[in-house]
Amino acid sequence: MYDIKALYEARSVEEAVSLLTEHPEAQIIAGGSDVLVQIREGKRAGAELVSIYGIDALRGVRLEEDGTIRIGSLTSFSHIEADTIIKEKIPVLGEAVGKVGGPQIRNIGTIGGNTCNGVTSADSASTLFAWDAIIEITGPEGVRRIPIQDFYIKAGKVDLKPGELQTGILIPKKSWEGYTGHYIKYAMREAMDIANLGCSVNVKLSEDKRTIEDARIAYGVAGPIPLRAVSAEETAKGRPVDKKTVDEFAAAVLNDIHPRDSWRAAKAFREHIAVVIAGRAFTQAVILGGGVLS
Amino acid sequence: MKQYKLIHCTVNGKEREAMIDVRASLTDLLRNDFRLTSVKKGCEVGECGACNVLVNGECFNSCIYLAVWADGKEILTLEGLADPDGGISDIQQAFIDEAAVQCGFCTPGAIMSAVEILNEKRLLSDEEIRVRMSGHLCRCTGYENILRAVKKTMLKRLGLSSEAPEKQEG
Ligand code: FES
Ligand code: FES
Repeated sequence: MYDIKALYEARSVEEAVSLLTEHPEAQIIAGGSDVLVQIREGKRAGAELVSIYGIDALRGVRLEEDGTIRIGSLTSFSHIEADTIIKEKIPVLGEAVGKVGGPQIRNIGTIGGNTCNGVTSADSASTLFAWDAIIEITGPEGVRRIPIQDFYIKAGKVDLKPGELQTGILIPKKSWEGYTGHYIKYAMREAMDIANLGCSVNVKLSEDKRTIEDARIAYGVAGPIPLRAVSAEETAKGRPVDKKTVDEFAAAVLNDIHPRDSWRAAKAFREHIAVVIAGRAFTQAVILGGGVLS
Repeated sequence: MKQYKLIHCTVNGKEREAMIDVRASLTDLLRNDFRLTSVKKGCEVGECGACNVLVNGECFNSCIYLAVWADGKEILTLEGLADPDGGISDIQQAFIDEAAVQCGFCTPGAIMSAVEILNEKRLLSDEEIRVRMSGHLCRCTGYENILRAVKKTMLKRLGLSSEAPEKQEG
């Protein structure tokens, strides 16, 4: 038995909003792979829960008419990984969520839950930051959409107001079209481990594949919340596709990141790894985009 | 105040009904209400895979799955692999033949992950099998024999070979 005070099950988004409004103390449970573990650990013991796991309308990936990729917040990691739209347009997201936990965790874990925890190590988050994802939130006042950078407020805290829940993650066409990306998770084990550092890069090359038109890079665990390395992005923009660009891009990330010392890894070590994996992820993204690095 | 819910689900092919405490995990439901003790309580925090079962064909650690979510679902545990006479399935036999069982605590969960893989009826590389079986901790066997048992059964079911490969490649 879990130490739960009360459980309310929502069957629709409207029902979830009204249950959350009626029970302001209640916490949302999606797949539960974090919430139920925290209840077991005593951290959230005695909580009132609103389960949204039964809202099937929040499952699945769709390509909207304007080319926006829409991921329902309850879509499991394994369904994202196997989805044809994801595979075709933004395969790097499938690869990133394929690194979460182990197979059973990827079946229960949801992308909405992963982002709503506000945890910097979430494998999906850095990639979503790199894609300029938009978070869709539904609440008593209706629907609002905000950039993922604004959704994360601080460690463990996201912008969900009373009565609100996350209902979708959107990647607009202008963010994905023409871009190729790569994600690197640096962890001690290949499975069931939390990233020491996660790095997601995507690039857009010019028509002739010789110039970096745009580059985006985001990290998990390089700060209290996922973050973009903007000076590195600026360094690469408009530069020729060559080894020098890769090196300068990678070195520039140190202006943007501020990892901390923890029992998992020291700050100096994380900084070193950050530069190395930035270079590797960037290189891979360029190669996937058809660029040749001499 | 205790809160209860009446749920209906299919467990190992049989329609079941239960009045459950909403605080129960699926492990609690399967072990206590349905006496399916192949579902083990290892860590109870989703790390070890000992409690793994199939829900609508996908693997879930039942220790971090609310029992109320089982309403309307189809659940398969190791007990459901036996034929009507109580004979065991090919994957179970392969675990025995390959010495993939020692204390046996991880075995039911590991076999259910193997069942999810085998149900896909496709050929997986050694690396893919490793990834797909990576949600299980086994303190006894050292994993190699488990991987061998899964591969052997996969090849057999696909009609590709009846012999266990001598060694895992890669
Ligand atoms: S008992 Fe469920 S994963 Fe360990
Ligand atoms: S056989 Fe003992 S834990 Fe796997």
